[in-house]
Amino acid sequence: MKQMPAKSEIKALTGAEAAAEAMRQIQPDVVPEYPITPQTQIVEVYSQFVADGIVDSEIVRCESEHSVMSVAMGASVAGARVMTATSSQGLAFMFEPVFIAPSLRLPIVMNIVNRALSGPINIHCDHSDGMAIRDSGWIQLYSENAQEAYEHTIMAVRIAEHPDVQLPVAINQDGFITSHALVNVEIIDDKIVKDFVGVRKPAFSLLDAEKPLSVGMLDFYDYFFEHKKQTFDAMERSRRIIREVFDAFAKITGKKYDMAEKYRCDDAEHIIVAMSSACGIIKDVVDELRGQGKKVGLLRIRVFRPFPEVEVAQALRKAKAVIILERASGFGSYSPIYNETTAALYHYPQKPKMVNYVFGLGGRNFGKSDARKLFEELEKIEGEFLDEKNKLRYLGVRE
Amino acid sequence: MTLKKYTEISEGARGDGASSLQFNTGNWRAIRPDINTKKCINCMLCYLYCPDDAILIKKEGKDGKPEIVGIDLEHCKGCSICSNVCPVKCITMDKEEDALKKGLKE
Repeated sequence: MKQMPAKSEIKALTGAEAAAEAMRQIQPDVVPEYPITPQTQIVEVYSQFVADGIVDSEIVRCESEHSVMSVAMGASVAGARVMTATSSQGLAFMFEPVFIAPSLRLPIVMNIVNRALSGPINIHCDHSDGMAIRDSGWIQLYSENAQEAYEHTIMAVRIAEHPDVQLPVAINQDGFITSHALVNVEIIDDKIVKDFVGVRKPAFSLLDAEKPLSVGMLDFYDYFFEHKKQTFDAMERSRRIIREVFDAFAKITGKKYDMAEKYRCDDAEHIIVAMSSACGIIKDVVDELRGQGKKVGLLRIRVFRPFPEVEVAQALRKAKAVIILERASGFGSYSPIYNETTAALYHYPQKPKMVNYVFGLGGRNFGKSDARKLFEELEKIEGEFLDEKNKLRYLGVRE
Repeated sequence: MTLKKYTEISEGARGDGASSLQFNTGNWRAIRPDINTKKCINCMLCYLYCPDDAILIKKEGKDGKPEIVGIDLEHCKGCSICSNVCPVKCITMDKEEDALKKGLKE
């Protein structure tokens, strides 16, 4: 039986409102912002909280996303707890400082409402924006629904600010599908969240006149590589911290999360690997097919960076056929998770046949009939010879 | 100089304050400012505008007021901002090679 937290209430919220609700409970010191569809509602609702005097964050209304991330870095370097949100073109516009924040080891927390990158111009969901910052050094979580967007936002603060991590965290949710759909969200008591996230204890502050600092200095071939190695190590250490924070969160909510969610995978022969909102639909179809005696499962990547290599390999290595279903394409290669999953399994003697399916680009709908079709395909893939001509497929594109 | 291991240096490439003082950026300069102190009215605009803090002042100069006394040529990069903001045009920018020749003659 699900253990309910001591105090919680159900609120009807969209995914964007749920993220703003988490921010209200966290009360970051500084929120630099710039609106962009479909993220706008997050900063809009949060600005309303500030205007109404519910929270006392410093809102900085910037002239562009490049400035948003630059302000975020400035405030974070001063010692503030900083949060913001963006989508698609906005994330692309802040691309430069997005890579600098992890190198300066600043625990900024940002909600990304996933939307297709232009062009052609489109405002609907795919993961091309999130994947564009794949190797930026940000810890990246993908939320299945509004509830998780809310919970991930709370946990992200503790992960980011942990002394052994000190890296920025991005919480992804699907644009419109999650961000604009009104659902019931279980909101934890304000005090419990406040205690859970605590107060940021910065290791340094640029405003500390007693200990003057230089930040963002030129770093050549003599030390650049060493500083990068520190970030690689911090990202590796974050695996342990993420698990610790998930455990601590389980203590207050009764919900135990893993870096990758195994949904009826244990004896599954056919598995779909996916992220975010499509997983809700796939879970329904898994239940339906399990009812018919079929050994099917879903592996959902919750933490995309650091990539849960061991969890993924353990979950998949005994399966017969696997589809990696991604809302992103890798022009000239496979989608990111396909590459990483095959790499994770390479050294295991027993491994499944694996096909990469690109789906849902630009918000193309994904329904139960699509999930059923994929599980039917998996039965065929099991006996197929796979080469460069049939490993990469496109779901539902008109051919 | 022995280079340090990655575990021995600050995380996030942070360093001590005022680290710019350790580097002689004056040798980047192609043109250098020359202040005519007789014409200078000590308005301090160049001092405020200089991005490299390279205008040298005496805090208590003439009549006990701050006074411009010269340029820190080890850090001045020759950007000409001082010359541009000067209201009495008492700062001229000379080619570095000319300034060096002039210095040799003197």
